[in-house]
Amino acid sequence: MDSLQLLLDGFATAFTPVNLLYALVGVTLGTLVGVLPGIGPAMTVALLLPITFNVPPASAFIMFAGIYYGGMYGGSTTSILLNTPGESSSMITALEGNKMARRGRAAQALATAAIGSFVAGTIATALLVVAAPLVVDFAISFGPEDYFALAILAFTAVSSVLSRSVVRGLASLGIGLVIGLIGIDQQTGQARLTLGIPQLLDGIDVVVVAVGLFALGEVLYVASRLRHGHPEVIPVGRAFMGRSDWARSWKPWLRGTALGFPFGALPGGGAEIPTFLSYSVEKRLAKGREFGEGAIEGVAGPEAANNASAAGTLVPLLTLGLPTSATAAILLAAFQQYGLQPGPQLFDHNPALVWGMIASLFVGNAMLLVLNLPLAPVWARVLHIPRPYLYAGILLFAALGVYALNASWVDLVVLYLLGLIGFAMRRFGLPLAPAVIGLILGPMAEIQLRRALAIGAGDATVLVTSPIAAILLTLSALILAAPLVRRILSRRKREALRT
Amino acid sequence: MRRTLILAAALLAAVAACGAPSSGGGTSALKIMAPAAPGGGWDTTSRTAEQAFKSADPNLKVEVYNVPGAGGTIGLTQLVGEKGNGNLLMTMGLVMVGAIEQNKSQVTLAETTPIAKLTEEYEIVVVPANSPFQTLQDLATAWKTDPAKVAVAGGSAGGTDHILAGLMAKAAGVDPKLVNYIAHSGGGEALNSLLGGKVAIGISGIGEFAEHVKSGKLRALGVSSPDRLESIDAPTLKEGGLDVELANWRGFVAPGGLDDAAKQSLTDLVTKMHDSAAWKDAVAKNGWIDVFQTGQPFADYLNSESARVKGIIAEMGLVS
Repeated sequence: MDSLQLLLDGFATAFTPVNLLYALVGVTLGTLVGVLPGIGPAMTVALLLPITFNVPPASAFIMFAGIYYGGMYGGSTTSILLNTPGESSSMITALEGNKMARRGRAAQALATAAIGSFVAGTIATALLVVAAPLVVDFAISFGPEDYFALAILAFTAVSSVLSRSVVRGLASLGIGLVIGLIGIDQQTGQARLTLGIPQLLDGIDVVVVAVGLFALGEVLYVASRLRHGHPEVIPVGRAFMGRSDWARSWKPWLRGTALGFPFGALPGGGAEIPTFLSYSVEKRLAKGREFGEGAIEGVAGPEAANNASAAGTLVPLLTLGLPTSATAAILLAAFQQYGLQPGPQLFDHNPALVWGMIASLFVGNAMLLVLNLPLAPVWARVLHIPRPYLYAGILLFAALGVYALNASWVDLVVLYLLGLIGFAMRRFGLPLAPAVIGLILGPMAEIQLRRALAIGAGDATVLVTSPIAAILLTLSALILAAPLVRRILSRRKREALRT
Repeated sequence: MRRTLILAAALLAAVAACGAPSSGGGTSALKIMAPAAPGGGWDTTSRTAEQAFKSADPNLKVEVYNVPGAGGTIGLTQLVGEKGNGNLLMTMGLVMVGAIEQNKSQVTLAETTPIAKLTEEYEIVVVPANSPFQTLQDLATAWKTDPAKVAVAGGSAGGTDHILAGLMAKAAGVDPKLVNYIAHSGGGEALNSLLGGKVAIGISGIGEFAEHVKSGKLRALGVSSPDRLESIDAPTLKEGGLDVELANWRGFVAPGGLDDAAKQSLTDLVTKMHDSAAWKDAVAKNGWIDVFQTGQPFADYLNSESARVKGIIAEMGLVS
């Protein structure tokens, strides 16, 4: 009741014309930076910080929250249309989303992403209001051994996206794992696989890898086949979601939200893992129907998951002062710039600010929907640009975004090398998703395993004695064993029939 | 496509306006390099100084740009390449001294011109509220008994937190190599390990943990300052029986090969910036400690810190 009153006061703060304007600026800017690979919400907020010094805190945070949510949405647009993920959390969207676009269902893919993001963002923000304290206690109880088990679960769950050929899937996974090793080892501070190039000491940014493999590889592949026969004509298709699209989307939206929110709150969860899990859940539930050819479920679920995780991130940030993503870390710095320390006292000391920000999340979400839904069919027409121009544009776009990341020419060289690798992988039928999954999950599994063992002073039983870890590992074992059990059962049935 | 181009152009303009390196600049334009990504300590210091420079002299053109990577040594390499440029400052600090050693950087601070030390922040050693350690002596005893059992949470390997852990172990009579240091990607992540009771002690900048010490979720065992601090109720490490002081200091260096006149004019400019009300306000707001020092004293300080950090990093086995 008390929170409800405060939330209503928050809406009063958010609905002042000035703050509505800040929210609009925020979501627009967020959508733009989400579209451009390389520039993400974290960097945008960081660069805006000094400029907003004279803006009242409530307005500044309303704008920053808009940028955060907008960035989560904008990344999906290029993923779907051009197979060029703008953010690492929208890579999975490219798998089915781009296939849909090629079948003339770009508008539907964009619409399910927009509505899914809205639904997930709204539900997750509501959860933020009611469930924050509970989620925080759960998140803090996660230790390194639990994160390791979580990584194992994610690896097993996404093995279904590896590919039809296990060998090719594993080869691609290996490429990702090796790229993930490059840079300074976090635990010992030693350099690995850097070839003496200082720019590689911090590792290769996930965005550079995603843009290189997906976008550049695609451009090179298309260019190499441009003179092979007639280019496929992309059908226009209908502009809006049909009845069956809605029917197939609403469940993945809800499931994606349920996965994304808790993962956002986990300090080591991030926005990527829930998208992987959501994709594999949808693929399993759809029993493979249409997956690989542009299944709308494969867009709806992950897009909902990444937006829900953005709201989840705010839980530990506001209640504990614990940043769980790069953007959250910058937001924390922003709080401190205004002399505010997020944490248990923030809700008591600055209720107007906190509830104003939460209310503005609802407002921003609605704005994003209004902004993006009518644009979906417009964006979809991008695909009708003649391909040489379109792909030249992507090339420019990708290089620009990656250069903006660190203003380093080494990143550009790395980008083009990865583009060649991406081209080769396409040419020889290696799937791209496992490489990216290896790149994100590999280092996480490694660091958490070593942390767990170091804290346990070398005792390997710590990996299974934590109840959370035990549950997660059991789940992984079940996923692995399920096909085997099913095969044995069906063989028994056949034998039973024969006798 | 036109839409895309407009978008790209708008973003380019936005990025350029926000301080990406540009080729412009007359004789009076001063550039400040933050050798880290936007948002960190060096970046905040650089951008705060930019505002203070402008308030001290409204005619002065000042521009901040970021060169992130490898503990600041990428930026250092670029700075050294600008030999003789009297219009460039780089923000740096203790972490860079460590990174130079650890990354076996080709260039060192000897090839720069020290200008000024600006601020210091101290470190704090904390335990979870339910920890058996009440004092630093309890910690020292446990450490001596079995160093592997005392998991220490802090920031990146070889950074300020790690260096303090090594110095504390040495003072307690424990081989710094045996410290069971669990590196985290930042104070926030380390905080989570502490609140979850996964590690024995945590080390970070005071700002990262202060709020949680006040709320009673963490207990402060000691601070790394020479004297007790007003901002937090905790003894110094020295009072607790570990003879260690460590400040996470930040300052400015300029490229090497500057003549005395160029060096003097940069020093005067920075002194004027330091005396401005804008700088004093920002220092208070950020909880920094003002330790302004220029000329030979700063150069000597830089040398002694380099030697100390080099020694402890080698003793901790961090240089391969």
